[in-house]
Amino acid sequence: FERSMSFHIKKNYRKFQGLISFLIFSADYFNEGESLSEDSKLRFDTCQLLWQQMKSEAEELQEELNKNLFDKLIEFLEKSHLEFRKKSTNWNYQIKSREIPTAALVLGVNVTDHDLTFKGLTAMLRDTITPYVVSLQAKECPDVKHLLQKLASQVMGCHIDMESTEEEEEECVQLSQKKMHYSMAFLSTWYRNVTQKKGSESVNKKITSSSQWKKSPPIVIILKDIESFSTKVLQDFIIISSQYLHQLPIVLVLGIATSPIIIHRLLPHAVSFLCIELLQSLSCKEHLAKLLDKLLLTTRFPFKLNEKALQVLINIFLYHDFSVQNFIKGLQLAILEHFYSQPLSILCCDLPEVKRRIHSLSEDQCESIRRLPSFMRYVEKQTPEKQVASLTNERFLKELHIYHENFFIVLKCLHAFTSSLPKYPLGRQIRELYCACLEKNIWESQEYEPALQLLRMLAKDELMAILHKCVEVFRSSPGKQLGSTAEKLKEFLAQFQSLEESNEEENGSGSQQKGLQKTDLYHLQKSLLEMKELRSSNKKQTKFEVQRDKVVDMIDNLVRKYLFPPDTQTLYEVVYFTGAHTLREHLNAAPRIALHTALNNPYHYLKNQALKSEDDSIPNVAPDICIAYKLHLECSRLINVVDWSEAFATVVTAAEETDPNSTASEEIKEIIHARFIRAVSELELLGFIKPTKQKTDHVARLTWGGC
Amino acid sequence: MSGVQSRVSPSPWVTSRATLVASWLRTRAVLREWTLPPTLKFSGLGRFGEVLGAQCLAPRETLIVMSHLKQQKVKMLEVQFVGDDDVLNHILDKEEEYLKNGCVASGGNKVYSFQTRKKPEKMAELAYEIAKTSGKSVPLICKNTEKMASTPQSSKKQSTSEKDQLKSDEKNEFLSTPYRLRKRLTAVSTFPSDTESEYSDSNSEDDKGIKQEEEKISEVLMDQKRLTKHSSLSSSSCKKVSAKKMKKDTTTDLVEEYFEAHSSSKVLTSDRTLQKLKRTKLDQQTLHNLLSKFSPPFSAELKQLNEQYERLFHKWMLQLHLGFNIVLYGLGSKKELLEKFRASMLQDSVHVVINGFFPGITVKSILNSITEEILEHMGTFRSVLDQLDWIINRFKDDSSLELFLLIHNLDSQMLRGDKSQQILGQLSSLPKIYLIASIDHINAPLMWDHSKQSLYNWLWYETTTYRPYTEETSYENSLLVQQCGTLALSSLIHVFRSLTPNARGIFRLLIKYQLENEENPSYIGLSFQDFYQQCREAFLVNSDLTLRAQLTEFRDHKLLRTKKGTDGVEYLLIPIDTGTLSDFLEKEDKEA
Repeated sequence: FERSMSFHIKKNYRKFQGLISFLIFSADYFNEGESLSEDSKLRFDTCQLLWQQMKSEAEELQEELNKNLFDKLIEFLEKSHLEFRKKSTNWNYQIKSREIPTAALVLGVNVTDHDLTFKGLTAMLRDTITPYVVSLQAKECPDVKHLLQKLASQVMGCHIDMESTEEEEEECVQLSQKKMHYSMAFLSTWYRNVTQKKGSESVNKKITSSSQWKKSPPIVIILKDIESFSTKVLQDFIIISSQYLHQLPIVLVLGIATSPIIIHRLLPHAVSFLCIELLQSLSCKEHLAKLLDKLLLTTRFPFKLNEKALQVLINIFLYHDFSVQNFIKGLQLAILEHFYSQPLSILCCDLPEVKRRIHSLSEDQCESIRRLPSFMRYVEKQTPEKQVASLTNERFLKELHIYHENFFIVLKCLHAFTSSLPKYPLGRQIRELYCACLEKNIWESQEYEPALQLLRMLAKDELMAILHKCVEVFRSSPGKQLGSTAEKLKEFLAQFQSLEESNEEENGSGSQQKGLQKTDLYHLQKSLLEMKELRSSNKKQTKFEVQRDKVVDMIDNLVRKYLFPPDTQTLYEVVYFTGAHTLREHLNAAPRIALHTALNNPYHYLKNQALKSEDDSIPNVAPDICIAYKLHLECSRLINVVDWSEAFATVVTAAEETDPNSTASEEIKEIIHARFIRAVSELELLGFIKPTKQKTDHVARLTWGGC
Repeated sequence: MSGVQSRVSPSPWVTSRATLVASWLRTRAVLREWTLPPTLKFSGLGRFGEVLGAQCLAPRETLIVMSHLKQQKVKMLEVQFVGDDDVLNHILDKEEEYLKNGCVASGGNKVYSFQTRKKPEKMAELAYEIAKTSGKSVPLICKNTEKMASTPQSSKKQSTSEKDQLKSDEKNEFLSTPYRLRKRLTAVSTFPSDTESEYSDSNSEDDKGIKQEEEKISEVLMDQKRLTKHSSLSSSSCKKVSAKKMKKDTTTDLVEEYFEAHSSSKVLTSDRTLQKLKRTKLDQQTLHNLLSKFSPPFSAELKQLNEQYERLFHKWMLQLHLGFNIVLYGLGSKKELLEKFRASMLQDSVHVVINGFFPGITVKSILNSITEEILEHMGTFRSVLDQLDWIINRFKDDSSLELFLLIHNLDSQMLRGDKSQQILGQLSSLPKIYLIASIDHINAPLMWDHSKQSLYNWLWYETTTYRPYTEETSYENSLLVQQCGTLALSSLIHVFRSLTPNARGIFRLLIKYQLENEENPSYIGLSFQDFYQQCREAFLVNSDLTLRAQLTEFRDHKLLRTKKGTDGVEYLLIPIDTGTLSDFLEKEDKEA
């Protein structure tokens, strides 16, 4: 058995490795193993700093988004068990109290994000309402016994955590001995003891506003993934706990990934014991939009993704998991890769810091700047005398910063305009618009013109709403570059408002006139015709329409002026991460395709001319496993090993140019057979075939196609 | 429009593997084509897309022109790549033409329908193809056999002398002629059918309908051939081939393909077995010896490939430290690579290497090694989950602890279970446990649902090494490798020595009885009652219960298997082959 685990264990603890030394330690690996240069260390630190900032920003956002949900939940908790706290004995309560107050949290399919939400929830509940918060997962509770055990140990565990006196520790030892017979009855006696003791204590110590809670804090049980619990366990648990509701103020919180109907489907009978309140969390798409807004569509963080990289991350999000956490992980990887592979990323930091760093740039770094394509493009455009002076990078980075500022404002404005258009020609979400803008000049895209056409048909109230939004965007942005435009917008808004007033007056007078007239049919027709003419001629001249055109033109101008893609900017390489393929490779790998390529086309990996073949067939010199694989593709469900082995031998002998007619030595045959055996067992390991007893000396194929 | 038409279809779901091509008026080419959508298309679809798509691991765009074509100089074929629609239109045109001309189009559909392509001889055929591909001189034998493969088309041309030669050739067994070809051959030519039919259905039921259909097919084939021959004489320039059986709805095509591969119970394969081949099963040792004599080709390229991966070591370390875990995939054993990684990067850190491919490995043993050897805890745990909790708490309390976990084959039989993966995932999600693992199985990514994936926090690295899976496969019970008894023998001795004298006696009795019945093919074991009687007589046990207690011991060590017979009586059997048993007895006798 020792052979089974060749454990190589080194008992060499790094006892004193704090966080700082840890960072230095990992920085060792930053520069491809070369000795740690000052430069790469700085880069690593910048990377870490940037990532920490972005991460905390993302966490803040998460908290903010959860706050709404949590507030509702707390409100609900406060409502529940009011009667219990009052020790009410009235009859009505007795009847009602068979129902467990239950909050059903609909959290969406992005299961991976739920953990963070629940973590936040638990922490918050512990702080504000009750120490007795228990979170249970389906896999911990295969049956009711385990569930109760977990429940009891967690409830009592939290209590011990709270006051870890010696006395309690003794109790703890006792508890662990008793561990085998946990039951609700046991729990309720324990709860009574604790609350009585605590009640007296709290009266002595401090009287808070929510002293009712202090006396008998509810026991909140969070079932994280209700869908994976088995019906029987849940049913039993709910029935049991509803019996103890008089003694134990239990509140259930159910985490739901699909839809609330699942409760009824899971608990056809026990659902009558629940008093359910539905709470909906923010959808993950909105969460992502907010996240993008905070992390990427801002000048706060210098780091940016180019179109392809962003597209990869968004695709993983949309087509795989809807998980915001995974998106953040992808972002982290992108940052890491950027700083790791781009030496100039050292300049990817705040503007004041950039100024400092530029002065300490080394020869090599200046040289690599000169080699940047965007910089070369810039230099070519300049006159020779200017070229010499053009090495002040600082200016460019500042320009880039300003470019971003303008870019995002205009982007948000354009989004405000286009997001409400029918059929969303430029995308509904801002991320779609952003991607389009990153890719190329947006005004050259096919959808742009129709979108403008549609904008020219907006109703006034819609347009006003949009303009309000735009003004809001300008107000919230820190930059002052587009101050004049903001003023213009406000002007437009004011004009529209005045237009509205005057219009109302006109309308009012018009209706009055109409109301007064009384005519015969002929006159009526005539006047209607006149009015029609009037209207059609008026249409071209309405003040509103003129103004509307002006607004649209202004937006158009803004877009053309500011929304050009970033790769036209000098030194954009410093802040834009371009390795979309690395992201895809490492986050969304395709092992089966890799395996198939390796087996089917070894030339892809082994660049040997002998392996090259035009028509995708395999040359006979290919590795054994490739040949065996190729041959096995010819068979349907079952493969005769003998045939296979002989086919294999044919190929291999042909490759070795041994004359098969001369009695090939038995040894060579043996070796070929051994090679075949190895290839077959390797294919078995890879999962392409498996032994079968359907027929002697046959194996079954596990993949289909190609047969 | 001329020539053979094929192309990779644009839709990612198309595997229009279809298209045996036949333009019956002027065609004399039969061509097979598979298509697989370009891999790029898959990656957008990601894991699910990949799983679905890759189920049909079909060779990409392989053109196989059947051998009679070769004889007619393949060079005259023009291969042109055109769109599916064009092909489709072309086919429709052609079909109309046939109908007008009143040609033999009726049989055509059947001839080149799906089923006909599942011929057992395909493999042999492809073997010749591949054998020839390198452009080296094709050995004589292959030529012969190739011709033989082409007999359906050229049998008439074949002179009797050639046939004799073939017949005398020892290798003619080589060719897996399908039943229907054989049948036709006997009907059409004077091919001697002195050998028994070697082909049968897997369920060995003769389906008459199929036979008839096959006969029909063969007739049509003959017609085709004549036509072919005729036109090849008259006009050799015009070679039009068109694809048929195009499917507009390609998704259903894929589905159909699947059911076709799995539903029909009739799989024609040859009946030959390894025993007839006189190729004995090799045991692990001889296999190893034989393989050591063979040096794998392309060592330079392989080395280059590996150096490329070794350059990533620093990056891996960095990423591991930043909270990612690393998983390696790709063809070829990654054990050496990981070993190198360990040797070069992990010398100064605490690490555990786990050989997941070992059949006896369990999650518990992994956790035990962490608790006992790394954390130096001597206590025991009630359950694996408790142990996990304990480890997690230890790592949370002591921030100086760091551990690298290297797992070879995370997807092995023993570790691929849901529970094991959950536990390993939770372990790897600890910030101070760094996991680097390798996977090989094509379905390995299916082990992880979203929550597990987020626990693991993988970064995927492709490391295709083409190294043989020597160690990984050495434990597998491959059907071609004889299980040498050494392992069983040593464990047998080991267990035996730890037994009480009475238990030894009991076991010895059973062995002897089993050896006595070695020759009896219907021997299913010793019935419990008889055994009890024997043991009583030998004063080894005094009650039914004591014997059962002893047997439990054996059963726990997998030295005994009990089976209920048809009469409801319990039979006891030692699941070890007789050779090992007699060896063991000899050894024990010597020592006694």
